[in-house]
Amino acid sequence: MHLRDSDSDAVFRSEVRDWLRSAVASMPTPPLPDDWPGRRAYDGQWQRMLFDAGYAGINWPAEHGGRGATPTEHLIFLEESAAAKAPDVGVGFVGQMHAGPTVIAEGTDAQKSHHLRGILTGDHVWCQGFSEPGSGSDLASLRTRAFRDGDDYIVSGQKIWTSHAMAADYCEMLVRTDPNELKHKGISWLIMPMNLPGIDVRPLVTVHGSTEFAELFLDEVRVPVANLVGAENDGWRVANVTLSFERGTGFVGELLDTTNVFQELIGLTKSTSRNGKTIWEDDSIRREIGIIGADLDALWAFTKRNVSQGARGGMAMGSGSGFKVAFATSQHRLGDLALRVLDRASLSMDDLNGEPTGELVHSKLHAFAISLGGGTTQIQQNIIAERVLGLPRER
Amino acid sequence: MDLQPTDDQAALVEMISNFSADRFAIETVRSFGDPNGFDRSRWTELAALGTFGIAVPEEQGGVGLNFIDAVLVHEALGTALVPGPLVAATLASGVVDGVIDGSVVPCIIDLGDGGPLAIENFRSSDVLLVVDDAGIGIVESADVLGNDVAHSTDPTTPVTILTNPPKTNPLGDAELARQWRQRGSLLASAQLSGNSSGSTLLAVEYAKEREQFGRPIGSFQGLKHLLADSWIRTEVARSSVWAAGVTIDEPEVGSIDRAVAGARLTAARAATENAKTCVQVHGGMGFTWEVDAHLFLKRAWVLETQFGSIDDAAEIVADLYATR
Repeated sequence: MHLRDSDSDAVFRSEVRDWLRSAVASMPTPPLPDDWPGRRAYDGQWQRMLFDAGYAGINWPAEHGGRGATPTEHLIFLEESAAAKAPDVGVGFVGQMHAGPTVIAEGTDAQKSHHLRGILTGDHVWCQGFSEPGSGSDLASLRTRAFRDGDDYIVSGQKIWTSHAMAADYCEMLVRTDPNELKHKGISWLIMPMNLPGIDVRPLVTVHGSTEFAELFLDEVRVPVANLVGAENDGWRVANVTLSFERGTGFVGELLDTTNVFQELIGLTKSTSRNGKTIWEDDSIRREIGIIGADLDALWAFTKRNVSQGARGGMAMGSGSGFKVAFATSQHRLGDLALRVLDRASLSMDDLNGEPTGELVHSKLHAFAISLGGGTTQIQQNIIAERVLGLPRER
Repeated sequence: MDLQPTDDQAALVEMISNFSADRFAIETVRSFGDPNGFDRSRWTELAALGTFGIAVPEEQGGVGLNFIDAVLVHEALGTALVPGPLVAATLASGVVDGVIDGSVVPCIIDLGDGGPLAIENFRSSDVLLVVDDAGIGIVESADVLGNDVAHSTDPTTPVTILTNPPKTNPLGDAELARQWRQRGSLLASAQLSGNSSGSTLLAVEYAKEREQFGRPIGSFQGLKHLLADSWIRTEVARSSVWAAGVTIDEPEVGSIDRAVAGARLTAARAATENAKTCVQVHGGMGFTWEVDAHLFLKRAWVLETQFGSIDDAAEIVADLYATR
């Protein structure tokens, strides 16, 4: 077992670091959070620079235009990107992390040639239409219907938690093509262009005021049958093939952000005084910092274990679920400590006195995104209990 | 970077686990807590596997592997609740003659933080090792006075209260004492990580067998979530314990003090919380002497006090985060 870089990884790290230094310096000021045209342009500019430098699709296979990097190189790239304060994947998230890998695994040659390059260059932005108002944890109960009509499907229904829908060109959709089949059977995976008639996008504002998500209202949208990925009624399996792409790096960006927020919180405890001494001098606060710090260090080590296992062919059963639950717990604990430290500064979601106070309030609220998004903590616990520990199903 | 055991390391862990299951079954573990229950022949068998000298150079009679390998061995020992002065023997191997082959049995006390001079496994030991800030001393156990506790909290860890701080002959300097504290802390944390996995296994097996309301209790989400949390705590603890072990071998990758203290925090939490869950999942039977659940909990309480408290560890991590 090792933590140090191998010789070739050290060379890669140094190359990435050198490139990032000049590339990041050439980027303009980032747009405001709700400026979606601005964000699309900014994220697209960065993605194009990655593409031209050969870093786009870093973990995608080389034959599909990616770099074909190892999981360890991917981790190094993310670490160095954070250290250089490089832009994150932004509106490219769904395309690069989910839709692209799905098309690589299950798409036709025509679908691959039409879509993959656009995702890598940043020209095509994707969103995800999986969840529905009535189908959250029980996603397989989804009811958005797709009727076959000649060479088209006619799609009607409602989707929710569609991230970046405001900026997207395409939506990866799960639809019910066979209403007589229950649950996992009878679902298909469709590519829906977002400029088709019958699509109504309405922003869904989160508890921390983010406009990243939207609801989609679909009224007889005609999607060509040629946009079906995989076989009709086989969409549940298709939606899960990207799990085999996961090599332990899925939460690295979030973990880096959390580590930075934690350092800012420590700084705030040292710069803020209460009752004649700094907050840092309070034993109970300092020890809570120690516990959270130990947990974050452990989560880094957990990530490195998962990446190491991913490099050997695939992550161990339950390790992704376990990481996510532990990370959500730490994120909430950090947020709770932040509110204790902030005291009445927590009444403002905007930063006060040049300190990152509003950012810390945001961070506390963002913890729910980790404990709810992508399968709630309780769903992950069920997965671990049944698939790792072998406990019997409830029904 | 590769933070998963190699094939050789997996084989090493399997060897220790199989030996523990065979020669340190739970009845044997329990018998080690009886007066004169320490079984020297089994201790020698354990030593003969290379257990204590795993990270000692071959020219000093050891196996010549790295410290991470000692960590993995202690994790496996912790899972099986293997009793005796495992940490003391590992630290003293290569330093005190005879420890590595089991012929000399050591015990150890850290005078660090005051409190009662409580020492584990003293009565079965040949030599007592005394650690303080100034260095390490050694004395024949027969020359030291102490009173055995009639009811040690962990029934498989006999405890003696020494009458006075013992007078010793010098064995190592302040630097060696600092290193022993770091390494001793991590080896105890490795046992805690293993302990947390052992109690989870016991609880899961019971939850599959025990039926109430006409079905296995492990089918109820109330228990599933408790047990999933136990598994997660173990994986978190194991991650930081392994990272700390590798950091001792490769000090350029980070602060050893921070890694070791972090491992203590996550491993102590995993062991104590998982053992509590194990007792709880066993229901009323978990409250009995007969069921093994309490042995995991009580051993965890012993280990989490070794070479520094939880609060000490939290202070160390906080300080090193703030000054990085």
